[in-house]
Formats: sequence, C-alpha cells, structure tokens
Amino acid sequence: MKSGKLGAWLAMFLGVAYFLAPLIATFEFSLRMRRGEYSFDAYRVVLASADFHDSFLYSTVLGLLTIVVGILIVVPTAYWVQLRLPKLRGLVEFITLLPLVIPAIVLVFGYVRLYGSSSILPLTATSLGADALLMFGYVGLGLPYMYRSVETALRSIDVRTLTEAAESQGAGIWTILVHIILPNIRSGILSGAFLTFAIVIGEFTFASLLDRPAFGPYLQLIGANRAYEPSALAIIAFALTWACMGLIQLVGSGIRIPVGKR
Amino acid sequence: MTTVATPATGVLRLPNLAAWLGVAPFFLFAVMFLILPTGSLLVGAFQDHDGAFTLSNLGRLWQPSIRLSYLLSIEISLASAFLGALIGLALAIAALRGGLPGWVRPTLMTFSGVASNFAGVPLAFAFMATLGRLGFITILLRSVGLDIYAAGFNLFTFTGLTVTYLYFQIPLMVLVIAPAIDGVKAEWGEAAEILGAGRLQYWRMIVAPILWPSVLGASLLLFANAFGAIATAYALTGSFLNIVPILLYAQIRGDVLHDPNLGYALALGMLLITGLSNVAYLYLRARSDRWLK
Repeated sequence: MKSGKLGAWLAMFLGVAYFLAPLIATFEFSLRMRRGEYSFDAYRVVLASADFHDSFLYSTVLGLLTIVVGILIVVPTAYWVQLRLPKLRGLVEFITLLPLVIPAIVLVFGYVRLYGSSSILPLTATSLGADALLMFGYVGLGLPYMYRSVETALRSIDVRTLTEAAESQGAGIWTILVHIILPNIRSGILSGAFLTFAIVIGEFTFASLLDRPAFGPYLQLIGANRAYEPSALAIIAFALTWACMGLIQLVGSGIRIPVGKR
Repeated sequence: MTTVATPATGVLRLPNLAAWLGVAPFFLFAVMFLILPTGSLLVGAFQDHDGAFTLSNLGRLWQPSIRLSYLLSIEISLASAFLGALIGLALAIAALRGGLPGWVRPTLMTFSGVASNFAGVPLAFAFMATLGRLGFITILLRSVGLDIYAAGFNLFTFTGLTVTYLYFQIPLMVLVIAPAIDGVKAEWGEAAEILGAGRLQYWRMIVAPILWPSVLGASLLLFANAFGAIATAYALTGSFLNIVPILLYAQIRGDVLHDPNLGYALALGMLLITGLSNVAYLYLRARSDRWLK
C-alpha cells in the first residue's frame, strides 16, 4: 500500500507539472515585451487595441444571444418531453448529441453550401444573416451541454405536481414556464449558459469560415503577426475559462463533460 | 420518468397539439442547422458536376495527397488518444484510488474541466511560449545542456501537435473515466482479498475486465475529439501540417481541390470516422453504465 501511495503522488506531481508548465511559460513570455525587464506592456497593448475591443464585444454579445436562444429552444422542449411526450425522449437526446458527432468544420461547410449567396436562403449574403447563422451554429455547439443541464435539473423537480398546482391557481402555460419551471431549474440553466459561453467566446472555425469579426479569428490573426501579445491573450483566455468554470461550480451542478470548440 | 400522461386539468388536459407546438422550434432548429446542412454535404459527395449520381468522388479520396492527409490525421488522433487515455487513466486512478487526501479529487476534477475547455487558438499560443524555439521550457532545457531542437524536436510537427493535443485529451479522459472508476466498488476489493487474491490478481481479474469497455470507449471519444479538431492545429502550424480538417478548411476557403464535390466527399469521410468512433463510444458507455448503477 505504501508504494501505491507513493506512485499516486508521483503521478499527480507529473500531471501538475505538465499542466502548470505551459501556464507559467506563457505568463513569463507575456511579460517579456520590454527588452531586459519584465513588464505588462503586452497586456497594455492588447487591452488598448480597438480590434480587441470590437471582436471581444462582438463575441460577448453573440454569446449572450446564443444562450438566450438556446434556453428558448431547450427549456420548452425538455419540459414537454418530460410531461407529455416521453416517447420523443430518445430522438431528442440523439439530436442533442449530433453536435458532438459532427465536427464543427463539417457542419460549417454544410452552412456555407446550404446558406451560401447562391442558395434559396442566402443567409451569408448579408452581414446580419451571417451573424444569425453563426449564432445558430453556436446554439448547436452548446446544445449538448444546455440540454443535459436543463434535463438533469428538470428530473430533480416534480414537473407534474408543480404544473398542476400552478394550473389550479389559474396560471397559463406561459406563466408556468417562466414563473414556475424556470426559477426551479435555474442552476441547470446557468451552468449550461456558462459552459456555452466558454465554448463560444474564443471559437475559431465557424467564425472564421463565416467571415465574422469575432474574437477567435482575431486571436488567430494576432498569433500569426505578433510575438508577445498572443501570450497575453492566452492568459486572458485562460482566466475567462476559469471564470466560467468557477461560476458553474458556484451555481452548483458540477462539471459536465466538455467536447467542442477545438 | 416515462410516466405516460394521464390528463388531469388545464395544461395537462390540453390537446397534444400544444405540446407538439412547444417542441416545434427545437425540431425546426435541428432540421435547419444540424440535419439539412450535413445532409446537403452527404448528397453532394455522391454527385458529379451536373448533379448526377456518382461514386467517383469517394474513389478519388484514395489519391495520394488526400490519402496521406487522412493517414496523418488518423496517426495524430491515435497517438494523442492513446497517450491521453493512458495518462488520464493513471491520473484518475491515482486521484480516486491512490489514498490521497480528500482535496485532491475535487481539485483535479475542476482543473480538468478548465483544461479540457482551454483549447483552440489560445492553447496553441501557450505551447509556442512553452516549447517553441524561444519557449520557456526550450530555453530552460538548453541552459542545462539539452537542446531539444538540435535533437530533432519541432513544435510544428507530428510530435509537437500530439504533445499539444494531450493538454485537452488528458483532462477529458479524467472527466470521462472518473465515474467508471467510482463504479468499481471497494467491497469487491475486500471480497477478493478475503478470497486470497493478491493486489495484481485483483487489478487484472476484477478491475480490468470491468473498466476496459469504459477505457476503450473513452479512447474512441478522445480519438474523434482529436480528429475533428482544427483551431489548435491551424493556429500552431498554419497549413504546414496537412491534416484533413486543415485541408477541408482550405477547401471551404478557396476550393484548393478545384472540385467542390470532392470537397463534400472529404467532409463525408471525416464524418464517417468521427461518427463511427462516437457511436462505438456511446455503445460501450451504455454497456459499462450497467456496472455503475
């Protein structure tokens, strides 16, 4: 047993070293912009840049819209499947897994073909249409996590009794969903939302191929042209991911298995 | 929760139409933004320039340049999935069964959640700062007399990309495999001990047979995960490493294959590979879930 414990410590130590080394290295590199001494110049340059502001704002707004639309699509579906349409459960679950099975690059290729400028519904022809297309693509990327979070939360409350109780007080379906169900599954919705945000904020493939001025393509461009700024941006991105995961822990429904955004 | 609805009052007595209307946006979304776009590529993969049915696009995937792309992609995905699964499994076992203090487990899980999401472009930046020519570790190693670039290492190659992918593969493995390790009950170990089994026997004859479908399934998930990845590779190597997602990216950008239909076939090939590995993963997970009850 002693040697097993030693081995466990050794494994953890090596793991920690492998995962901390790039973070330390990146942070150190990001401080090297000024010759001969450490400084936060790279961060100052990045944070002062208009391109950073614009692309970050664009991705933030798009991320929030993605979350709202995702909730509007997922919550009623999970509610009705639970309450009235249990036979649809398998099909709905299968669909929510599709974004994990179809690589993002394949899906966006389909968008370009189906909604390209010469198609019946040329969404990519206008910038608003392309924004909408990108948002729906992101709703898809977040779908597995949003659905899983909401569904788990719904299972933990008694949807039927809550609905009946609200009904007997004269509530309509809209009131029930917004004022009864939604507050009761808040933690599920929030953890789905933060995970969606973490996936969307630096996403590259969709945004780049739909030619949108998002944060991901901006990061790539800086990486190809600058030396120290990319490290500063990587640290900022890492802090953002930490913040999203921390908020998920805080709203208290644990970690979901994340796949996506690569 | 598969209670069949027994309409009582109000909403519950509404005709099914209301329920169907409630789920309609979901299905409309799925058709428009998941099923039709993918379907249109599948159709295109079997069409020639004039829209007539053909299998020649698929046949032309066998040409050397495309075949080598697939091969390289598969090799990188296999290497990162194999190493990721192995190291992730070791870490998870160490944290969950190694007799370490209680705080190790939640710390590892939280960190894995973050690290497996820290992918894409920023991850490429981090590894350039670490193992690039002027990277922290590169310089550190050189200062103790070990020049990894002189020894043939290069971040922008197969090895470099694999090491980089491990940064999200290992934590993903930890997250996916932890429930399966929890499923191995402590009682089984005690029972085995009472019956006179040694530690090695216990691991080989009890733990391994129970865990292996989960481990295999998780490895397949890691494989698909690496196979579909593009942002990290693109930000790291540009179009230097000719893996399938990067080839497809170039094709969508500017028809580098000079044949849209061949591009659709390329996408179909990718979808087949990630699809099959995911289906196998889900099957194996369903199988091993029986033990986790």
